[in-house]
Amino acid sequence: MSEIPMNTGEMQVSGRRLSDLVKLVARHRVIAVLAFMSVFPFIMPYEALAVNILIYGLFALGFNMVFGYMGVLSFGHAAFFGMGSYGTGIAIVHFGAPWPVAIGLGVVVAGITAMIMGAMAIRSRGIYFAMVTLALAQCVYYLIYQMSDWSGGEDGLTGVTIGEIDLGVVSFNLLDPTAKYYFMFTFVALAVFIFSRILASPFGAVLEAIRENENRARACGYNVQLTKWITFVISGLFCGLAGALNAIHLSVVPIESLHYHLSGQAVMMALLGGMGTFFGPFVGAMAFLLLEDVITLITIHWQLFLGITFMIFVLFFPKGIWGSILHWVSR
Amino acid sequence: MDGITLNLFALQLFTGLALGSVFVLLAVGLSLIFGLLTVVNFAHGAFYMVGAYVGVFVLGLTGNFWFTLAAVPVVVGSMGVVVERYLVRPLYGRGIDYPLLLTFGLGMALVEVVRIVYGLEGVPFDTPKELRGAVDLGFGFFPLYRLFLIGITTVLVMVLWLFIEKTSYGLVIRAGARDPEIVRVLGIDISKVWLIVFAIGTGVAGLAGVLSAPMRSVIPDMGSTVLVEAFVVTVVGGMGSLVGAVVAGLLVGVVVSMTSLFWPSLTDLSMFALMAAVLLVRPQGLFGKKGLMG
Repeated sequence: MSEIPMNTGEMQVSGRRLSDLVKLVARHRVIAVLAFMSVFPFIMPYEALAVNILIYGLFALGFNMVFGYMGVLSFGHAAFFGMGSYGTGIAIVHFGAPWPVAIGLGVVVAGITAMIMGAMAIRSRGIYFAMVTLALAQCVYYLIYQMSDWSGGEDGLTGVTIGEIDLGVVSFNLLDPTAKYYFMFTFVALAVFIFSRILASPFGAVLEAIRENENRARACGYNVQLTKWITFVISGLFCGLAGALNAIHLSVVPIESLHYHLSGQAVMMALLGGMGTFFGPFVGAMAFLLLEDVITLITIHWQLFLGITFMIFVLFFPKGIWGSILHWVSR
Repeated sequence: MDGITLNLFALQLFTGLALGSVFVLLAVGLSLIFGLLTVVNFAHGAFYMVGAYVGVFVLGLTGNFWFTLAAVPVVVGSMGVVVERYLVRPLYGRGIDYPLLLTFGLGMALVEVVRIVYGLEGVPFDTPKELRGAVDLGFGFFPLYRLFLIGITTVLVMVLWLFIEKTSYGLVIRAGARDPEIVRVLGIDISKVWLIVFAIGTGVAGLAGVLSAPMRSVIPDMGSTVLVEAFVVTVVGGMGSLVGAVVAGLLVGVVVSMTSLFWPSLTDLSMFALMAAVLLVRPQGLFGKKGLMG
């Protein structure tokens, strides 16, 4: 880009500045995400929406590791989100666990679910994988549905409240929406940092190698099956954290958080934002939830709009919003 | 188990076969579409649901169940033609995930359109007069309609099998499933074959919808669980295999209905347990070929 001589036109100058900005943002991805997220609640119409975007952004981020970076389409990620939620919820409601334990437990439960599901699903290749993960996730859904003594069944698990949080130095109440946002933000920030480090590691390079050419990656001596499984589990841990935070955010765990429609949402968010890009999932989650917020005010048939929008993206903008911006900048 | 006699067992077996018939119809379409187009049709459940609603509409208009039964596959199949031609076709060669994602979006949109037209509430669909009541099978009385369902599925599967195995067009379809490139080189318009196969698949899904309408309630969401069940059946039977779709469909139906007899609380889980077992032993499914999914 720099070898192109600068023209005097106003448009070009601003275009160039914009593209430099995009590149700068892409280079310092963790800092950029965190900087944006830290002022985020002030530009949103209300804080609960900001918290939602934070949580679903994390969910889509975790999902994107499998879909965008490794190139394997999973339709079962609701299981990890939901098990993260139920793990945390059950720890708080039935065992009265303190919140750090509960969140940790949610993540662990989601990880174990991912281990089992991954071990089965990884045996199937290619397009099969989407169907198998979908079916296995529905299996988890019915299982939890049946265990109504523990999970509340159809009504969901109610009473997941933690209220006051005392960290010794500071104490705050989660009933305050701003405090809640920054409480969630701390976890998401940590997750984003870890996620970025994983991608930057040699392991992250293997992921993209598998996406580009699975057979060649295998020929290079990488254990593709094991890498897929590990990635699936790591991705499940991130989604489990998102679920755990959602349980605390909502104070209830609805049974829908295990349903495959939620897996579909992760797919849509990742694709809307731009699969295989670092910001994509957050951009996608933001676009998705903002649109939902606006359109449900106008009509109850938001799903029609969503379905059509999604089809348009698949047909004409498969790179997604952020992916298209990156593409436009690097032209 | 004194309460469970041999007769009850036999009746439950037939119930399972009737349930399995719907699975067979769904899985045959899904498998056919996958086998030729390598498209996993996520809108298959939506087409099933649309079939039931088209049935409600046509039956309300004509009052003739048999005409409805003939009209539904034609209408839903025509929808399939439009979808394949204008939505799925641009995505060929763009990676295997894109048609799947597109049909997922399509399914959502279709469900919502039906919700706009018919509302959230269920619509009643009466069993036709001729097919009400029960027949004595020797070991007990069995609903006539379910017997009819087993019968019509058998006929339909036979017709499809004859079409694919014994006609010259079926030969083209089989060749297209093996190697579309060679078929094209031989001067056959393969995209037309794909169009027809997609139409057949969706049409059969629509028929399955209207056939199960008298047994299940007709609601916009009815396709969402059925889609998962159809996936389980195709995974068990093996993607792209018609024999697999038939055997697995009946097997899953029987397993579900037997579980509901012996362990009612595990009914919903039974088909997934079966799928998990098959995946562990034969990841490609009972009748699937190895490496097809590469």
